[in-house]
Amino acid sequence: MNFETVLFYLFAAVTVFAALRVITARNPLHAVLFLVLAFVSSAGIWMLLEAEFLAITLVLVYVGAVMVLFLFVVMMLDINIEQMREGFLRWLPVGLLLAGLILVQMVWVLGDEATSVGMTPVKHAADYSNTKELGRLIYTDYVYPFEIAAVLLLVAMVSAIALTLRKRRDSKRQDIGKQLKVRREDRVRIVSIPSAHSAGVVQDTSNNGHTAD
Amino acid sequence: MKKIIDFFKSFLLLELLKGMSVTGKYFFARHVTVEYPEEKTPQSFRFRGLHAQRRYANGEERCIACKLCEAVCPALAIKIEVAERADGSRRTTQYDIDLVKCIFCGFCEESCPVDAIVETRVFEYHGENRGDLYYTKAMLLANGDRLETQIALDRAADAKYR
Amino acid sequence: MEAQALELAQSLLAFVGLWDPLKGFIEPAWHTIWTLLKIVAIIVPVMLGVAYYTLAERKVLGFMQVRPGPNRVGYWGLMQPIADGLKLLCKEVIVPTNSNRYLFLSAPVLALAPALAAWAVIPFDDGLVLADVNAGLLYLLAMTSLGVYGVIIAGWSSNSKYAFLGALRSAAQIVSYELAMGFALVCVLLAAQSMNFGDIVRGQSSEYGLFGWFFIPLFPMFVVYFIAGVAETNRSPFDLAEDESVIVAGFHTEYSGMGFAIFFLAEYANMILITALTVVMFMGGWLNPFHGWPLIGGLTDAIPGLFWMLAKMFVFMYVYLWLRATFPRYRYDQLMRLGWKVFIPLTLVWVVVVAAWMQTPWWLW
Repeated sequence: MNFETVLFYLFAAVTVFAALRVITARNPLHAVLFLVLAFVSSAGIWMLLEAEFLAITLVLVYVGAVMVLFLFVVMMLDINIEQMREGFLRWLPVGLLLAGLILVQMVWVLGDEATSVGMTPVKHAADYSNTKELGRLIYTDYVYPFEIAAVLLLVAMVSAIALTLRKRRDSKRQDIGKQLKVRREDRVRIVSIPSAHSAGVVQDTSNNGHTAD
Repeated sequence: MKKIIDFFKSFLLLELLKGMSVTGKYFFARHVTVEYPEEKTPQSFRFRGLHAQRRYANGEERCIACKLCEAVCPALAIKIEVAERADGSRRTTQYDIDLVKCIFCGFCEESCPVDAIVETRVFEYHGENRGDLYYTKAMLLANGDRLETQIALDRAADAKYR
Repeated sequence: MEAQALELAQSLLAFVGLWDPLKGFIEPAWHTIWTLLKIVAIIVPVMLGVAYYTLAERKVLGFMQVRPGPNRVGYWGLMQPIADGLKLLCKEVIVPTNSNRYLFLSAPVLALAPALAAWAVIPFDDGLVLADVNAGLLYLLAMTSLGVYGVIIAGWSSNSKYAFLGALRSAAQIVSYELAMGFALVCVLLAAQSMNFGDIVRGQSSEYGLFGWFFIPLFPMFVVYFIAGVAETNRSPFDLAEDESVIVAGFHTEYSGMGFAIFFLAEYANMILITALTVVMFMGGWLNPFHGWPLIGGLTDAIPGLFWMLAKMFVFMYVYLWLRATFPRYRYDQLMRLGWKVFIPLTLVWVVVVAAWMQTPWWLW
């Protein structure tokens, strides 16, 4: 057993443990943090496969951005654990069915000779760039699926924003862009008014010093 | 056209650079800090610091226990007890100033008809225990004896403005 | 270098008579030991830099406010960071009641570890880098984005509303500005055609000295990157996560003693890191700014690259403090507007502009 194998089993054990804790942890925040751990250790496994680009992207995108938003939401929610445990037995069959389905699918795809070709890692030369190869595949062989996926994501994003975007009439909000555009000339007008003395006008005292307006 | 110019102005961060040029200039300005223990700012003869009780030249204490200072003190820092002395004069038996309460407004000094209670220029004093800053009559008189020359000079300097 | 160092270690140990008993241990593990030594050689100067950066900050702020800054501990206040460190070491570590103890104590470590780990890929001179990895830029982006966990976990586990608010602010802020930062880096990637920091710097070398650096074609990205970097490190004017006038001290409200000190170290290490990155990606890293110029170029080429790297970093570290001395804190909605509605569109446009520009003969870099 060489060092790489030891590392693989270490990362794999951590991943499995963390994934288990994600579903067993009582505190939802702990569950999210264990999910982060699972992501990081699976990134480690990818690193062992010399897929640096994918491994770092996993950390960057999932750990660095997606899970932060997850944490954000979980921290803001007031989750009642008792309430969450209520329907456990009732939904257990459905859950088991789904889990079984996923398992069958994975065994089907990964176990089959026809579909698992190329799944076994191939040793490449030192100048082989994983990143370059990935880019070539995405932009040549799989360009249509890739573009369709991208457009789908864009549509989902735009629609999510469109659903939540509404102008509330009763709220007073500031338009910062407008505030920034204001220049001195728009707000201040310097008027030169001749003073009463220099103009030789006798001051009218009949209104007790109050101005007309 | 003006809008376009404004747009580019905001993108070139001109206003921010203007602000930074001001702070940048002050980076090289001379410091105005007074390095306190080594340097001190000039004091006015009206400086209101540590309290003192004065005596007349013959050694008799000035205070006649009129209690005006006690009455005027906004912080209720002064406590006075009065009794008749053997020679029949009205004197204080207790004259305490709690410097923890005192706000150094100088009203006691102003209200005193005989210039007995005064505030001196001393501001560097401290207490290490609770009660160290509770000044009794003996302590105040001692302050007066110690600082009488300076006190007299300050009163004389201030006299022409009164 | 590695083999020479082993020889040196061998002769040194042989001198004290320890080589023969230790030989069986040292020789097979020498690569690990050598790497550890290199790590120490990076971490120790970084930590010293952090310590003295705090002093520099107080001095620069002081000077800009027409006062001398700390000048009591040691000559010109030079012992101040050491005194501060000792003070923080001696203070009690307070764990608030009902806080999540393990998370509370691990949060400072989570903040500091990525800040230090990121230094592994920074080249200080040609070849003077701990890990010359090909995906260096991505690794760095990943490391800087991990720093937010320390802040969030600190805020949540403190069981304090101020800390929690600070953590939420910081999380939203860092995620927002990371996008703009990422796009700015994409431009650098395009221009250098590499994710390796050494290659990025080499891509900026030319016979025209500083005119070959990327800050000229990528000027908007250079500005956006530096400003987003200030926001990423939660520094003024974007320090809403520790907005003392609103939420006491933000996410580290409940921390005292060493816990607080480690957050402090992480913040300053991150600041120095951002300056190093700005220099490497836009200001030509270790390159001589006058290289190839008549007269002055020949004279300055003799100066080692490390000097140029550090000198450029000093300039940006000063700008960091200069910004803090000048600008008032952003309001939260203004901050979000700047990130999402100014920086991200601007960077997106510039990615396209650079990509198109590179296809034309007018791309000179």
